[in-house]
Amino acid sequence: MSQPVILYPNKPEKVYLFGTCLVDLFYPEAGLAGVDLLEREGIEVIYPQDQTCCGQPAYTSGRSDEARAVAKTQLDLFPEDWPVVVPSGSCAGMMRHQYPKLFEGTEDADRALKLARRVWDLADFLVNVCQIQLTDTGEPTTIALHTSCSSRREMGVADSGPALLRQLNNVTLVEPAKVAECCGFGGSFAVRHADISGAMATDKVAALTQTGCDRFLSTDCGCLMNLAGVAKKQKMALPGEHLLSFLWHRSQPNREA
Amino acid sequence: MPQTLQQSHNSAINFQPQVKSALANTQLRGNFDRAMTGLMHKRTMAFADWDLEALRDLGQAIRQQSLRQLPDLLEQLERQCQANGIQVHWARDGDEACQVVTEICQQRQAKTVIKGKSMVTEEMELNAHLEQRGYTVLESDLGEYIVQMAKETPSHIIMPAIHKNTAEIAELMHTMTGVEQREDAHYLTDQARQQLREKFMQADVGISGVNFAVADSGTLCLVENEGNGRLTTTTPPCHIAVTGIEKVVPSLTDVAPLLSLLTRSATGQSITTYVNMISRPRQPDEKDGPEAVHLVLVDNGRSDIYQDEELAETLQCIRCGACMNHCPVYTRIGGHAYGTTYPGPIGQVLMPQLLGLEQTPDFASASSLCGSCGEVCPVRIPLPSLLLRLRREAVDGDRTRASTVPGHGSKRSNLESLIWAVWRLVHRRPGLYRLTTRLASQLRALSPKRLGGWTRYRSAPKLAKTTLHSAMNNRSKRQQP
Repeated sequence: MSQPVILYPNKPEKVYLFGTCLVDLFYPEAGLAGVDLLEREGIEVIYPQDQTCCGQPAYTSGRSDEARAVAKTQLDLFPEDWPVVVPSGSCAGMMRHQYPKLFEGTEDADRALKLARRVWDLADFLVNVCQIQLTDTGEPTTIALHTSCSSRREMGVADSGPALLRQLNNVTLVEPAKVAECCGFGGSFAVRHADISGAMATDKVAALTQTGCDRFLSTDCGCLMNLAGVAKKQKMALPGEHLLSFLWHRSQPNREA
Repeated sequence: MPQTLQQSHNSAINFQPQVKSALANTQLRGNFDRAMTGLMHKRTMAFADWDLEALRDLGQAIRQQSLRQLPDLLEQLERQCQANGIQVHWARDGDEACQVVTEICQQRQAKTVIKGKSMVTEEMELNAHLEQRGYTVLESDLGEYIVQMAKETPSHIIMPAIHKNTAEIAELMHTMTGVEQREDAHYLTDQARQQLREKFMQADVGISGVNFAVADSGTLCLVENEGNGRLTTTTPPCHIAVTGIEKVVPSLTDVAPLLSLLTRSATGQSITTYVNMISRPRQPDEKDGPEAVHLVLVDNGRSDIYQDEELAETLQCIRCGACMNHCPVYTRIGGHAYGTTYPGPIGQVLMPQLLGLEQTPDFASASSLCGSCGEVCPVRIPLPSLLLRLRREAVDGDRTRASTVPGHGSKRSNLESLIWAVWRLVHRRPGLYRLTTRLASQLRALSPKRLGGWTRYRSAPKLAKTTLHSAMNNRSKRQQP
């Protein structure tokens, strides 16, 4: 079947934030920026302290039993019928598209399906549910965006990043060559097939550099960690930032220029 | 080193060293990068005026319907072909198929065999089999001709010699055939055409593949661009068509949409230069064509794949090669690194099922799961999901579903099981998780600077000073009255 049309909910009063383990450990500012942006839209953000990981690392390693055990503990954390927003395309994709498969035929199948239906990519949620309007308060800058493969192909929300950045008047958005090509992260792939992954990441960093951008943004912490790691190792002046952090910093009214 | 002919599959595919040498070969990487970039562009342009998603729905539906009726369709195909005068043979595996072909060659007292492009005969290693028995075998597809001359195997299922650039081909043809070493594709093609034309006239048997076998009419559909397929199937007095059993479709009306998808997905062409519809041997009132036509239906593991509803989707494949053209892994390592007949995403899904997971231990994991292959597959084979299925099978990782692929569980190691058990323990106990992650943040100065393959290309990631859990906890305390 063709990709189904995404039906967005009305803007809610409250949402749950599933922060993801990578944001938790490496990019908490991206999670906080997401909260700030949502709160500015008048939405109360609930962060269940008992959340850990969506289970994706085990799931993509073929360890469905372990993935299911960990995912199952997440199923209990979102009892109200509020949307669950996720600041990472791949974790959102795991919960929205893979949970139903992971729990298929188990006693939790129904619960998993119900949760999956209210999982959203946070950036996409800002665009299509909040219909956010951003005011740019930053200096002119040139930005390249790397949309994760999960956001692009699994979640089908590749348009949301550019839609947000285009609202910022002083931001020039440039597109790297082979924009839709994977950065080479792929979770355990980056370790198991380090040389292939390294070749892909190196090419992506070169493509981003060739745009002449001041910095690159990503919607996914895996891609961000991968690409920023390569840039740093190669001592390239190519800072990376999560899309949400960038959006929040650029759109604060009292921010000093 | 390129894959040489007759690699034995008795031992596991040596993927990692082949990957290393492919990645280090800048010439090879340049050749693939240029070729695949061009092919992706051509495909996009070819579908520009089409409702591609609707067409893919149709292609998927036709292939799924065909597979659902596969046993009946195969019998119908056999009856129709026989009624048309085509002799039908069944082969359980590659060896049996090679024997069938050899016996036909023997009966015809053949000496020379000319071949059109056929991946299933690569799978059977037919050329080696025939050559060992004294037959002269010549590949007539230009790419296959080059690959045969270089004593290599195809590096791509549609473009067998895509790993070579014009300069390399010029040098090869000069060395092997004595033609002038000229970096000129037209010149080289002309020379090859002249060399091949004579051989078509001399050949006793022509062997081709089949793109679609039409059950209700007994028609064998074969697409190609060089005319070598038509010459192979019409000039020698005997034509042997070899096909995997999955290539059957119910009727001619099913062929049109599949052809539209196949040629556009493969090379970006709206139609190939030649579309051959072969339905019978030469009739008494006809001036040309072979006097005998044989169809060899090869199973070679396909009916095992067919038993599993999910894995059976692998058999929907129409061999367009779009998945490899769009694969960032294939583009970087090329087809030979895989060391199997079918490379790229479809190869990574098909070969472990044909050879067993223990022979192809790196195939399922050699993907970032970026989804490009699944996105372009003209018949919507869910390649990323199938790769995940094979990853589960490799470690017997899902107790709710029985593993069925040969060699399942062969990658399950005690060390990895221990790591996942610890991971599971920490992530199932929120208190333990918060404690562990908070400690990790506080001790971040001690985090390792080297992390195996990760830091070969990257700096080690730096843990944040505080976790999001802590930050959100503090935030909610602040906000509370």
